[in-house]
Amino acid sequence: MRQKLVKWLLIVLGTAFLGVMLVLPLATVLVYALRQGWETFSQAIAEEYAIKALNLTLLATFITVIVNTTFGVFAAWAISKFQFRGKQVLTALIDIPFSISPIIAGLVFILVFGRIGWAYPLLEAWNIKIVFALPGIVLATIFVTFPFVSRELIPLMEAQGSDEEEAAALMGAKGLLIFRKVTLPHIKWGLLYGVILCTARALGEFGAVSVVSGHLRGQTNTLPLHVEILFNEFKLTAAFAVSSILVLIAVIILILRNIVEYRVKREER
Amino acid sequence: MYVELQDINKRFGTYQAADHVSFSIEKGKLIGLLGPSGSGKTTILRMIAGLEIPDSGDILIDGRRVNDLPASKRGIGFVFQNYALFRYMTVFDNIAFGLEVQKKDKAYIRQRVNELIKLIGLEGLEKRHPHQLSGGQKQRVAFARALAPSPQLLLLDEPFAAIDAKVRKELRTWLRETINKVGITSIFVTHDQEEAVEVADEIIITNSGYIEQIGSPADIYKNPATPFAAKFIGESIVVENYGRLHGFEEDRSYDRAVIRPEFVRVTKKEQELYPHASKRGTVEDILFRGNMLELRLNVDGVKLITYRSLEDAPLAVGEEVSVLIYRLYLYNNHQVRLVENAAFQSSDAFAI
Amino acid sequence: MFSLKMHFKKQNNSVIPGFGLSMGITVTMLSLIVLIPLFSVFLILSDSTFREFWQVVTDKQTIAAYKVSLSCSAIAAVINVVFGILLAWILTRYKFPLRRVLDGLIELPFALPTAVAGIALTTLYSGEGWIGGLFAKAGIEISYTRIGITIAMIFIGIPFVVRSIQPVLEKLDPQYEEAASALGASRSRIFFKVVLPEILPAALAGFGLAFARSMGEYGSVVFIAGNIPYETQIVPLIIMNKLEQFNYPAATSIALVMVLFAFVLLFIINLIQAQINKIARG
Repeated sequence: MRQKLVKWLLIVLGTAFLGVMLVLPLATVLVYALRQGWETFSQAIAEEYAIKALNLTLLATFITVIVNTTFGVFAAWAISKFQFRGKQVLTALIDIPFSISPIIAGLVFILVFGRIGWAYPLLEAWNIKIVFALPGIVLATIFVTFPFVSRELIPLMEAQGSDEEEAAALMGAKGLLIFRKVTLPHIKWGLLYGVILCTARALGEFGAVSVVSGHLRGQTNTLPLHVEILFNEFKLTAAFAVSSILVLIAVIILILRNIVEYRVKREER
Repeated sequence: MYVELQDINKRFGTYQAADHVSFSIEKGKLIGLLGPSGSGKTTILRMIAGLEIPDSGDILIDGRRVNDLPASKRGIGFVFQNYALFRYMTVFDNIAFGLEVQKKDKAYIRQRVNELIKLIGLEGLEKRHPHQLSGGQKQRVAFARALAPSPQLLLLDEPFAAIDAKVRKELRTWLRETINKVGITSIFVTHDQEEAVEVADEIIITNSGYIEQIGSPADIYKNPATPFAAKFIGESIVVENYGRLHGFEEDRSYDRAVIRPEFVRVTKKEQELYPHASKRGTVEDILFRGNMLELRLNVDGVKLITYRSLEDAPLAVGEEVSVLIYRLYLYNNHQVRLVENAAFQSSDAFAI
Repeated sequence: MFSLKMHFKKQNNSVIPGFGLSMGITVTMLSLIVLIPLFSVFLILSDSTFREFWQVVTDKQTIAAYKVSLSCSAIAAVINVVFGILLAWILTRYKFPLRRVLDGLIELPFALPTAVAGIALTTLYSGEGWIGGLFAKAGIEISYTRIGITIAMIFIGIPFVVRSIQPVLEKLDPQYEEAASALGASRSRIFFKVVLPEILPAALAGFGLAFARSMGEYGSVVFIAGNIPYETQIVPLIIMNKLEQFNYPAATSIALVMVLFAFVLLFIINLIQAQINKIARG
């Protein structure tokens, strides 16, 4: 009897905590977005700058995911399938972006490519703009989400060992064939999982992008930055309407993530 | 000679895995590389395969130096210790993989794979995945996969290590017969001397990086060349004060002796045949070994082990018995010598 | 690059192909995107003296910001550890409706863009918000105070602690607990004597991760913080302010302090974890 009481007490407590901490903020977004009716809502999200910001965010996310997936696969291959000195150090270096504030992630690119940066004279000569332009936004986003894919793949591929790859190589198979036919089937769900996490973080990246973007409306404003501007201009309904798009994407990502995580766990068995 | 190793050296940090290793193997033979773990046997196998590169020395296959030849070009088949079957491919695709890499045409692949599946007796299981197979079946698939591209040399790393004891015996016979049928030169690595003796035509005994002895199982058993070989092959009881036993004189240059259970004969006191050659001892323990009895004996402080048929007259623990030792191996740190029971041989002469 | 490739080749004579290529790509990308930009921090600072550096990083306003960031992150991480253990426990040990939904919800702070979380929390806890309104009646302000900052940090820290502990609890054999209860130990005693020591390293790791993340967090905290100097100004905000004033050396100096702090924190946590693991293994 007492045990049952404790159980339900704990469940109620945990649920209430998540309810207040996670569900209420989510509900706030949706309620505030719709509180002036559907029309205001649809106007806010169809507004020119919002659309442009969404496109920019999607483009930056797309490039980021491509770059980080490429890096993740190669890094995981090098680290998990071979023995070499300095492996621990390399793994630790890859994880650095996790422990660095997004603000600092943005700052370092200003220090390289900005007006005071050591690469600035070069960029000037070639007439390339990085900071306060798309390349800067993309670079900052890549930095922040850099380890996401490799981090999922390395433990998975290490657990799998390298016997099968060795066997395939011994029969004369080339690298790409080995990866495609032997390694990829093992890691496909883990890879997808990493890509999803990377997408989620890239879509929502705020601090790092905020530093390098320059906040030029219609040009270098990503969707999260657009939300900030609307909020600071006290356009609450519009800010939450635009946010609701991001919430929708986040919820879809969460559901996908759960499905994939379930598959990953099943594969491990 | 089909495979030749000439003065191979290989070192991992401070560990000398191969120390001036030289040997050669005839075409068509089935060779067992036998040694305790850490003796360098697997390293030797991996060097022949091209999975490791020797620090110095030459490896020749069919008269050609292969040191700089990549593993996939050496014409070898390799069976991994834990099989390393492709988990996401069917039995058929596993066996076909090597042929597909070589871009053989589809019809040939189908025919060759079916032929191999028949050889390993797994007809009907082509569509299964490795996790749906038993240990023995996996081993057969790994074997067929290695054979598929028709290699000239088959290498097997501890082929029976991952299989339960019961199936292992059966699989040993199967492997030996199948390799003979295919007629391929094969080298397998094992730490189990029983396995090596049963399967191999010829055994190479390795110990801490060097070769102790090469020879047929019977040859090594009868004439161990080194103390290590004497102790490693067969069951061996090491005895220090062998001079106390009847028929053996203490040789100062050898401080210890190896006595195998089958060198010892126990008879009831009253049935003693060769009193000059025998000595009295007591039965300290009797262990039932399924198809025979294991006797633990104490002969004047020397502890011996022997086996006794269940058909022989029963003995009791504590009983005094007559113990006859036919022969033993004397050894020191460098040499080994076979010594026959001198008193027994002379009493034999009297009997005639 | 070529000589580097050769060097790696020599070290590695595995038959698996692609070592040189994958190593080359890994090291090149890591250097271009992470290491070289990070190293620029030192390049900028090499122009200023240590005195200047020290003045900036020990400025009164900056020190106040360290205090706000540290205290709020620490309180948030402690609260997260308590609720993290509770959540991990009910998610692994009990069956109840909504369990899967709750489990899936844990990652929301990862998936939700931080700016959205920031404005949602600010609104929710402001004087007119659903929760802020309740507290306002009692005369307690949440948004634009340190309480608000702490709440935002709790929000972003939830998944770190829960997801650190959950796998450990899943692996911890219930037989272990059953054995203890068969010996007559009470439920709470079992929890504190048997379960808690097992999950302590994971909880500590979760604490460290949540703490480090909170220290550096910007998006979800910036709106609710209000940016009042000496009161609710967190360190990332100070850096942002310096950047907006184009005072790059100052921004970089403070950033360096934060980076070093994060590294030291992670290092200490690794040490403690290694120590505890050693004890656990006996």
